[in-house]
Amino acid sequence: MSRINDFVVRFANVNGTGSASANYLFSKAIFRMGVPVSAKNIFPSNIQGLPTWYEVRVSEKGYLGRREGVDLMVCVNPQSMKRDIASVKSGGYFLYDSTKKLHEEFYREDIHFIGVPLMDICNREFTDPRQKQLFKNIVYVGALARLLNLDTEIIKGLFEDQFQGKEKLIAPNMKALELGVDFITQHYSYPLDFRVEPRDLVGDAIFIDGNSAAGLGAVYGGATVVSWYPITPSTSLVSAFEEYAKKLRIDPVSGKNNFSIVQAEDELAAIGMAIGANWNGARAFTATSGPGVSLMSEFLGLAYYAEIPVVLVDVQRSGPSTGMPTRTQQSDYLLAAYASHGDTKHVLLIPSTPKECFDMMADAFDYAELLQTPVIMMTDLDLGMNDHMSEPFDWDDTRKYNRGKVLSAEDLESIQSWGRYRDVDGDGIPYRTLPGTHPTKGSYFTRGSSHDENAAYSEDSATYVRIMDRLKKKLQTATTKIPVPVAYQESNTSATGMIFFGTSRFAAEEAIDILRLQGIAIDAIRLRSFPFQQEVLQFIDEHDTIYVIEQNRDAQMRALLINELEVNPKKMKKVLNYDGFPITADLILQQMQEHQFQPLN
Amino acid sequence: MSYIRPKFQHPLLPKNTLGYNRKDYEGTISTLCAGCGHDSISAAIVDACFELNIEPHRVAKMSGIGCSSKTPAYFLSNSHGFNSVHGRMPSVTTGANLANRSMVYLGVSGDGDTASIGMGQFVHVMRRNLNMTYIVMNNGCYGLTKGQDSATADKGSVSKAGQVNSFEGIDLCALAIELGATFVAQSFSGDKQQLVPLIKAAMAHSGFSFINVISPCVTFNNNQGSTKSYDYVREHNETLSRLDFVPVGTEITAKYDQNEVTEVEMHDGSLISLHKLGNDWDPENKLSIITALHKARDKNEILTGMLYLDRESVELNELLNTTPVPLNQLTEQQLCPGNEVLQGMNAELR
Repeated sequence: MSRINDFVVRFANVNGTGSASANYLFSKAIFRMGVPVSAKNIFPSNIQGLPTWYEVRVSEKGYLGRREGVDLMVCVNPQSMKRDIASVKSGGYFLYDSTKKLHEEFYREDIHFIGVPLMDICNREFTDPRQKQLFKNIVYVGALARLLNLDTEIIKGLFEDQFQGKEKLIAPNMKALELGVDFITQHYSYPLDFRVEPRDLVGDAIFIDGNSAAGLGAVYGGATVVSWYPITPSTSLVSAFEEYAKKLRIDPVSGKNNFSIVQAEDELAAIGMAIGANWNGARAFTATSGPGVSLMSEFLGLAYYAEIPVVLVDVQRSGPSTGMPTRTQQSDYLLAAYASHGDTKHVLLIPSTPKECFDMMADAFDYAELLQTPVIMMTDLDLGMNDHMSEPFDWDDTRKYNRGKVLSAEDLESIQSWGRYRDVDGDGIPYRTLPGTHPTKGSYFTRGSSHDENAAYSEDSATYVRIMDRLKKKLQTATTKIPVPVAYQESNTSATGMIFFGTSRFAAEEAIDILRLQGIAIDAIRLRSFPFQQEVLQFIDEHDTIYVIEQNRDAQMRALLINELEVNPKKMKKVLNYDGFPITADLILQQMQEHQFQPLN
Repeated sequence: MSYIRPKFQHPLLPKNTLGYNRKDYEGTISTLCAGCGHDSISAAIVDACFELNIEPHRVAKMSGIGCSSKTPAYFLSNSHGFNSVHGRMPSVTTGANLANRSMVYLGVSGDGDTASIGMGQFVHVMRRNLNMTYIVMNNGCYGLTKGQDSATADKGSVSKAGQVNSFEGIDLCALAIELGATFVAQSFSGDKQQLVPLIKAAMAHSGFSFINVISPCVTFNNNQGSTKSYDYVREHNETLSRLDFVPVGTEITAKYDQNEVTEVEMHDGSLISLHKLGNDWDPENKLSIITALHKARDKNEILTGMLYLDRESVELNELLNTTPVPLNQLTEQQLCPGNEVLQGMNAELR
């Protein structure tokens, strides 16, 4: 089998040594050569000195999920060397800094060792201590360029992009790169049996992380107030919003900000501020991860019951409690779907690519204002913090923000009578007013205590039930507005179906592909939102067995499907990955086999 | 239940310069216990807003949870109100203020809502100098759950059940001064003459204005031995200053010995004229007022009046360099950069 454009390279670094930008350079160079690539950071919850890995999968077929098995390990971290050597596939390669001799007992007979004296080369060629350290990373990129046939002109172009305005840094970086290239040329045979060949397979795709995409989506969606509390892996989303807003949202005349960002004292305050701002007619959001959602739950219940729009992003990480803060999971679904005490339910959006992060983030403000309820975008660490190949962004300039049912002063003048929580249109969505609209009409008291259609306090049981039932109806209306699932077939081809969502899609799509290549038909849908639409129920009803693929221990999405759609639990099979690493196609296929997967054609 | 007041009003009720009469600033009828200090504070808020010539709908009434937090229903019916969750009024008000900086934000809270569950948010809203007035209706107990001690109950204060509080009480004014509030006052619900001008000045101040109002709980904490009872507060009230609030464009009428009067022009052009009743403190010197509060505590006195003012106050929106246009009024054109810019970004990401 051809090994061209089909392999995994893993980098083992020490965090805080500047390896991230060199590793990014490597992936981006492959992307620019037109070859699909996916990159995963596997990093510790630490700033400096601990092992960190970066894994790059190159795939001619465009598989963007993770794959087990390392073909080439680049190890510049003595701390993790022993296990790094152990993780290389038989027949694979281990590139290491040979300035210090490798321990005898580290050698493996079944893999190839490529020693490059990174430290020696840098000590010899550079004088500045910082450069000696940083350029070790560029030297190994040079070595890889030679071993894997990367185009050094493309890498040069990347340096030129990176150092715009600091052009004098290009030459030393190129020098370091050439040192790596030359060392391999002189000491090893190249290229390797697996390598990169230029292709035209990425089209107009972009390469970006989901958090940046969501931050940009919030700018486009008209967010003006952002309140947040730092937490991995959501922090970079707000940083991205800030960066884009500083570029795109400074008033050209006054030089003042057309946005406000407040770093709150905790997640409770962060969601409180976002709710206060939305109540007052600004589009506001906050971003957090699981521990933050736990803290925000009380406020989410208030926003649900008092019907205040608010947008929240949950960039999920491994729980419970502090869990593994720098590892990925899809394990906040039960929490987010029903966050807060009492009967509550929230709208969830589930993007799977940076493009969807951008789109859904911008759309989330429309949904929240349209439905007057919290909208939670559920991403995860893998999507949020790793660079992904994605469809490019697009914005329809004729689009208008949908601000929902908000009454103006003129509206209030012209209508006979108004009550904040009346269901005038029969869709469960009432009309709201913003503070300061009219001197004598439209004021009301927003409260989390039980209230009647006119927002007056009420402990009348019948009134309470009426309001609660209307809220249920409103969430039903929501299903007609939010994104429907994506089907992977025009009509059903099998009695077996798969349901997956978010970042599980990449491994799931690969699994489907592998099955189809084996002549095994399987149907699939990808969920994009909650509460579920009829289409989801129909898909489940039309199949005898459904594999629900997700990245948590307790099969949370399966639980939601069973609870919400009242389907037979027996036919809903669990396919679960919860070790903190992104799910793989191999794991999916293996677990399906364990369920005695017998595809019916 | 909140009872609706009758709409009928005397045609000759005096009007303020905006053409509103006092009734336009009232709310529904209070359901608090008869004699509750909070009702007097609600009445003082109505008077202050009427006299300040604020358009009622330009005020947002914010609260948390508790007896005090119910009161926004009992004043300013033409204003939007927000009864949020327990101890979280400051964050909701922060968001509301960022969304529309042109409105007046009036928050009311209690000692439980502020000094216990809401302490975190109270502290941080002050250090951000949010432009709002924050009134604590402080009765030293949890009224709505039947009289448990709160964190502002003084050490040694005796509860209705006869138990002596053994924990240190939190002095909210000292805390506010320490943590960056730029306007701090203390008053008593039974002293409307003092309270109304304080509320007016607080609302005119640009930045975080804090008023701690001792407001006795007639049902659970008005007994002998309580340091928050009507009798105790009357006996131990030590008025530190008298304040006159002079609205924009009004002549100053009160005459004081100039040595004892500090006049401060507020952000909106109004004036406060502060008549010091003692010489050992300076309302613009944090250390002197903290010392005065400590000395008063040792003597079992409650200092009331204007305590501290930072006339250099810079409120949050200015600190953040936010546009003077309320953010909730920015147009789609100002907010959305459009597709051409986006396509440029795509190109940079390839």
